[in-house]
Amino acid sequence: MERKTKIEAEAGRQELMITRDFEMPLELLFRAYEDADIVAQWMGTRVVKLDNENHGSYRFETTDPMGNIHRFSGVIHEFCKNERITRTFEMEQTPFGVQLEFLEFEAVTPQSSRLLMHVVYRSVAVRDQILKLPFAQGINMAHNRIEEVMRKLV
Amino acid sequence: MNLRRDVFQAIADPTRRGILLLVATQAMTAGAIAANFGTARPTVSKHLQILTECELLEQEQNGREIYYQINARKMKEVADFLEPFRKMWDDRFDKLEAIMKNYKPKS
Repeated sequence: MERKTKIEAEAGRQELMITRDFEMPLELLFRAYEDADIVAQWMGTRVVKLDNENHGSYRFETTDPMGNIHRFSGVIHEFCKNERITRTFEMEQTPFGVQLEFLEFEAVTPQSSRLLMHVVYRSVAVRDQILKLPFAQGINMAHNRIEEVMRKLV
Repeated sequence: MNLRRDVFQAIADPTRRGILLLVATQAMTAGAIAANFGTARPTVSKHLQILTECELLEQEQNGREIYYQINARKMKEVADFLEPFRKMWDDRFDKLEAIMKNYKPKS
């Protein structure tokens, strides 16, 4: 199976590169980052604020099934339509701190496009912790599901 | 109930991790596997079914017996802690692609 999304994360470095090819023109791909309503849909979040401009900023909020609100935010250092977005990203109230993101958008053909996302973390340790989050969540979710099933059996 | 069968569900359970360790070195029948655990045979069968559905185990017919063996390719995916991170972004971008395919510019 072809893997559309590629992750390069060299050991011992505090950065990683996410690359993804899309079957859509560059302008449509960029629109998905520009339009707050569309961002809300694919990121699965409420978009509280999205000022897409140089020296702009954004704030997202999500509510988990337990009712806890999680906030994500950052400042937009540079916003260059159909080319690049340079921004920070932070999961608020977590120990991970802020990360720097360089998003580059390019046309591959008139009908396909590519996103390169270069993410820089404060340290190697923070990067590795963040990389392991979905892995740990996967195992936790599995545990929760098993607990749920067990509760129904008792 | 529609439980999505994924590798994390499989490895979250201690008995299933035990089964994987057991068959890592050699293919075994369900009976031989069950003999190693203090649980009822149907319970072990259920674990084998889940591990097979997650593609962590493969079945091989040998005469009248079915042998279970490790699917090395899938095990590698689990061992690779980067895979869930990659999958998270892959799912997110798949969603982006699906949304934009139906996108009609407001004008």
